[in-house]
Amino acid sequence: MLIDFFYTLKKAGLPVTVKELLTLLEALDKQVVFGSIDDFYLLSRLCMVKDEQHFDRFDQAFGHYFHNLEMVQGLEEFLIPHDWLNPEWMNNLTDEEKAQIEALGGFDKLMETLKKRLQEQQSKHQGGNKWIGTGGTSPFGHGGYNPEGVRIGGPGRHQRAAKVWEKRQFKNLSDEVEIGTRSIKMALRHLRQFARTGAAEELDLDDTIRSTAKNAGLLDLKMRPEKHNAVKLLMFFDVGGSMDYHIEQVEQLFSAARSEFKHLEYYYFHNCVYEHLWRDNSRRWDQPLNTYDVLNTYGEDYRVIFVGDAAMSPYELTHAGGSVEHMNQEAGLVWLQRLLDKWSKHAWLNPIRQDYWDYTHSTQILKKVLDGRMYPMTLSGIEAMAKSLSA
Amino acid sequence: MTKFTGSDNYVATDDLQLAVNAAVTLQRPLLIKGEPGTGKTMLAEEVAAAMGKQLLSWHIKSTTKAQQGLYEYDAVSRLRDSQLGDEKVHDIKNYIKPGKLWEAFTSDEQVVLLIDEIDKADIEFPNDLLVELDKMQFSVYETGETITAKQRPIIIITSNNEKELPDAFLRRCFFHYIRFPDKKTMQAIIKVHFPDLKKDLLNAALETFFEVREIPGLKKRPSTSELIDWIKLLVADDIPLETLRNKSIKEAIPPLYGALLKNEQDVEMLQKMAFIMRREG
Repeated sequence: MLIDFFYTLKKAGLPVTVKELLTLLEALDKQVVFGSIDDFYLLSRLCMVKDEQHFDRFDQAFGHYFHNLEMVQGLEEFLIPHDWLNPEWMNNLTDEEKAQIEALGGFDKLMETLKKRLQEQQSKHQGGNKWIGTGGTSPFGHGGYNPEGVRIGGPGRHQRAAKVWEKRQFKNLSDEVEIGTRSIKMALRHLRQFARTGAAEELDLDDTIRSTAKNAGLLDLKMRPEKHNAVKLLMFFDVGGSMDYHIEQVEQLFSAARSEFKHLEYYYFHNCVYEHLWRDNSRRWDQPLNTYDVLNTYGEDYRVIFVGDAAMSPYELTHAGGSVEHMNQEAGLVWLQRLLDKWSKHAWLNPIRQDYWDYTHSTQILKKVLDGRMYPMTLSGIEAMAKSLSA
Repeated sequence: MTKFTGSDNYVATDDLQLAVNAAVTLQRPLLIKGEPGTGKTMLAEEVAAAMGKQLLSWHIKSTTKAQQGLYEYDAVSRLRDSQLGDEKVHDIKNYIKPGKLWEAFTSDEQVVLLIDEIDKADIEFPNDLLVELDKMQFSVYETGETITAKQRPIIIITSNNEKELPDAFLRRCFFHYIRFPDKKTMQAIIKVHFPDLKKDLLNAALETFFEVREIPGLKKRPSTSELIDWIKLLVADDIPLETLRNKSIKEAIPPLYGALLKNEQDVEMLQKMAFIMRREG
C-alpha cells in the first residue's frame, strides 16, 4: 500500500521513515479521511512532513505522483535564490555588471534565457561557457565570475527543487534566515564546557549528608548552582573586500553564536590580523584598538575563532609592509602567531568551499600555521570545529 | 466520537480540522507551528471546549525540565520534616508532587493536555519525553510504581520555531503548520470576534492590514491577534470610515498604528515610506 508513493517522497529528498508510512496507513485504516484526494493530500502531509520547510518539496512530489507531472530531471543541484527574482537585487549590481546584463538583453531576457537553458540542459555541468553549472564563465551558475550576483545554488542548496520559479505557497517558508541560524546554533551546541556558576538552586545531596553528619545529625542544607555552559568565546571576523560575498553567511553565524554563548567577544580585521583591530566597523579608522590590548584583556581560557576567507596576497602574511591598507611594521603571520600562542584553543572558519582552498596560496600558508585547524563554514564544518574547540 | 469543526469563537480551516481529528483518532500528539499570533495556544482551549474536556496547560520556560512534567521529589521538605519528627516523613509518597503529565494520565476522564511553546526549553527536553509520550506511561523511581494513562490524553504541542526539534520526537507527532489566514478566512475570523462590525469598515481595515503586512523588510509583521486588537481600538475610538477608506498607507499612516506594529524600527519605516510617497506624489 502506497509504497511507490513513499519512495517518490523519499526520492524527492523528504526525510520520511517507515514509521510515518505506517502512521498514514493506520489513519487510512481508521477512516480519518475517505474517498477524497484533497483530504488524502492533507492527511498524508500531516503524517509525512514534520517541518514546514519541506511542505514545498512535498507538494511537488505529491503532484508528481498523483498527476504524473513532469519533473525536471537532473537539476537537483541548482536553485534560483528567492532574492534573485527580486528587483531590489538589481540595485546591488555595479554599473559594469548591469552593462553585462544589458548585453544579454536585459533582466527579463536573462530570465527567459535561463528557463530555456534549464530545459535544454539535462545533466550536471561544470566549466565551459554556456551551460549552467559550477565554475566557467556562463552567466548562470555559481562560483564563476560572470556577474557574481547571477548565481544559482550557493547557500540554499539543500532546498533542491524542480521548477523553482513557479509560484508555490510555501516557498517563503523555506528561505527564512532564522532557519539557517537555528541549524548553526545546533552545530555550535557541540561547543560546551559545563561549570557550576550563578545562584545556588540545586540541592547538593552529598554535601548535605556530610555536613548534617558533622552537625551531629542536625539538618544542614547545602545548595549548589546548576550546571551551565561556561565556554568563553572570542571571535575575529574578516570584513570587507572579498568577504562581502559571504556577508549573509557570516551574519547568520554571528547571530547564532550571539544567542548561544553568554561570554562572546568579537573584533574585526581585514584579511589578516595586524597591530590594530576594531570593534565597530563603521568607525574602524577613528577607533582602532591596539591588538596588544586585546591580547592582554582576555584570559587563556577563551576559545578563539577566526572567520575569514583566507584569500589574500601571500605577502600580506609573510612580509612586513605587505598589508594592502597600511604600512605594517611586522608581518601578518607574526601577529597571527601571537594570538595563536596566547589562546591555544583556536580554529579558523572559512566560508569558501573546501575544495577551492588549495587554489589560494595564502589559504595553504594559513592552514599550515593553524596546524590544519581550518574548517569550512558549513554545518558539518562548524560542528567539527566546535568539537575540536571543546576537546 | 465528536469531530472537531472549530467553534463559535475559533475559525478552524479544513486542514486544521483534519489534523486535530487525525490526532484524536490515532491518539498521537499534535505539533502545531505557525507565525506568532495565529492562534496556536487558543487551539487547545477550543478543542477542549468543543469536545467538552478538561484542559491542562503546561507552559514551558527556558528552565523547565522534562522531569517536572512527570513529578518532582521534594527532598528538602522531607529532610526538614525528619528533623521536626513529623509522621509524614515515613512515606516518601508525601513528598512526590505530580506534574502535568501525571495529572493528565491519571485523570478519570480523557483530558486535553497543552504543552505550550516546547521550543523554549533546552534542546534535550523533547527527547526526555519520548517514551512517556509514546507509551503514555512512566515509572516513579522513588516509589517504584508505574503511572500508566487511564485514557490517552489528547496532546497538543505548540512551537514558535526558536529551536529545531529532534527527529525522533517529530516522528511521534502529527505536524501541522498554521498558515497565515487568507482574506476570506480572515473575514470569518473577524466576524467571530466582532459580529456587528460594518462590512465596509471591515473591508477597509483588512485592506490596510494586508497592505501593512506586505511592506518589505518589516521586523515583525502584524498577525491575527494584532489585527483584532487594532479593530477593537478602531471601534472603541469610533474612527470614521473615511479615515481608512480610499487612503493607501502610502498616503497616510493608518490611525492607531501602534496596535499593528510593535517595533519602533517598523514604525519608523512606515513613517519614512509615507513621507517619501507624499513628497513624490
